[in-house]
Amino acid sequence: MTLSRFPFPLTSDRFRYRTNVEPARTFVVTETGGWGATVFDIGDTDGGYAAALAERERILSADPSRCVRPPHMRAAAWDTLLTVLGQLAVEFPRHMRLDRDGTAYRWHNALLRVTQEFELGDETSLPCDPLRFAASQVQDDLVLLDQREDTLWVDAGVVTFAAGWSLGFDAGMRFGEVHGPVPRLHEEGVVDRSERFLLRLRAGEDFRRTNWSMTVGRRLDTSTENLPHWKPDWLGIATDELLPRRLHLRVEVQHLIRLSTSGAILFTIRTHLASLADIGEIPAWRRRLAAVLADLPPDVAEYKGLTECLPAALRWLRSMP
Amino acid sequence: MTGFELRLRITGAERQADDIRSLRLRADGGGLLPGYTPGSHLVLDCAGRRNAYSLTGPAVAPEEYHVSVLLRRSGNGGSAHLHGLDVGSVIRSSPPRGAFPPVAVARHHLFVAGGIGITPMLAHVREARRWDRSFTLVYAYRRGRGAHLAELRALCGDRLSEPRGRAETTALLGDALSSQPLGTHLYLCGPASLVDSVTAAAAAAGWPPQRVHTERFSAADHAPGKPFTATIAGSGETVAVGGDESLLGALRRAGHSVPSGCEQGVCGECRIGVLAGRPQHRDHYLSPAERASGEAVMSCVSRAGDEGLVLDL
Repeated sequence: MTLSRFPFPLTSDRFRYRTNVEPARTFVVTETGGWGATVFDIGDTDGGYAAALAERERILSADPSRCVRPPHMRAAAWDTLLTVLGQLAVEFPRHMRLDRDGTAYRWHNALLRVTQEFELGDETSLPCDPLRFAASQVQDDLVLLDQREDTLWVDAGVVTFAAGWSLGFDAGMRFGEVHGPVPRLHEEGVVDRSERFLLRLRAGEDFRRTNWSMTVGRRLDTSTENLPHWKPDWLGIATDELLPRRLHLRVEVQHLIRLSTSGAILFTIRTHLASLADIGEIPAWRRRLAAVLADLPPDVAEYKGLTECLPAALRWLRSMP
Repeated sequence: MTGFELRLRITGAERQADDIRSLRLRADGGGLLPGYTPGSHLVLDCAGRRNAYSLTGPAVAPEEYHVSVLLRRSGNGGSAHLHGLDVGSVIRSSPPRGAFPPVAVARHHLFVAGGIGITPMLAHVREARRWDRSFTLVYAYRRGRGAHLAELRALCGDRLSEPRGRAETTALLGDALSSQPLGTHLYLCGPASLVDSVTAAAAAAGWPPQRVHTERFSAADHAPGKPFTATIAGSGETVAVGGDESLLGALRRAGHSVPSGCEQGVCGECRIGVLAGRPQHRDHYLSPAERASGEAVMSCVSRAGDEGLVLDL
């Protein structure tokens, strides 16, 4: 695979959770190229995009609970649809366009060979809920946070590629509650600071952050629901000589977008995978990842599920010349 | 930074009543305008004055903005300026700002407006209609002075009440406040006397404060205060803030660049971190918890006592 747009997330040799937000659409130069000029990254247009969306459709058909859309989030779902399609049309004009005549819209996506006309506010004009339709056009998982009583609530979303969590479980929780399991986050004030930042976030001032973990295999759906399928992949990974090919650095590029008319916050999560072997090809990344893994506090390593594979991964990274 | 990020061209104007002029505005040079939450306002550059006006038109992907300007003869001259502008003129404007949105989980929305306070409610009922939200609107106005009546009656049908006179208004609101379904949210905009009396009546009827929402963008406390001293943490410099000027104004006079928007304590643009001292908050922006923490001050309206403030600048 090509790593030219891989959003390598580690910017220092020491990783700690912090409120690491920066303005969206800022291009970041990396050792391999760069990333981040756009909100959405449809990747290589040779099939990865369509394949990921086919995988999402398969997951949603098998488990409709991956889409959560309570009645009070109806306006936010439509807001998401117009925002996502509008942004895609701006960022990928060669492949996508959104035309409008009053409240009648026409969406065309040449990469997926989708043409869809719809009437704003009329669910019957779409094949599915507007939130789910939006999620059928971008690889990003989409989460909607409603703001009320000076608090953010995780109230809706389409999440098929979760890294060890479940939207169905989290739905309806407060922002602070959702982050309960993450070590050190509450104690160090990161959750409170992040929520205060988000409560004040304005439409048109989009932000982003990265997060990372590790995954065995090129598996996007490592949700809690799917745990029986992916957990066995980890058995014996620490002693598997194929570890560098099987173990992947899993990077999430997350965007924080205040939707203009519903006032909800759209939280997008785009997952990128690169095997340790791929990372190993880039000396600066290999050294940085090794330094971070060596310094990772045990509770953070445990939360990220790395306790068992960490020594072997570190040994391999350091064995490279 | 001025906060005036939009350039809007007046593409239409009409009289709503003797002293109310409605303006239609489009992006100068074409292009899309940002959508907004119902209850949002624009801060318009009125020849050096900054006045906030509620947006009354469609809020989703709007092709134009609508505002209605009440001529205030004893005001700062801003409304007179807007009444005098010709169609075709260009106005500088902030993006839409909102602190008065509908609550998505509300079982029912009770909107109460007095006089020109109807303007944010227009956007509210328009979007409530679009999304099939349950609502009722009570609109109190002096005889012959109602604005947007035909439009409101068409939008609301029998969900609109127009009480005549103070006694009828009080009686109708008394009934309304004691007969709403559980989970109703109350939204208030209008003269301070109406907002204060309805807020008090709602509290007496047992409404939790989180379910009562008020829009009073003209009501932030601009009364002169006592002089105090602000200390710039970064340099140790002290800035004397006179009794008749704002902290924001004093900082700018001393050469410090501080962003601002509405300059009425609503938009949050001029927030400054506070490292020491106790702010006297006069804004409508910070949450109660943020006020209590004393960690920030909205420099356009808020002040301090004798001990002054140490600012994170």
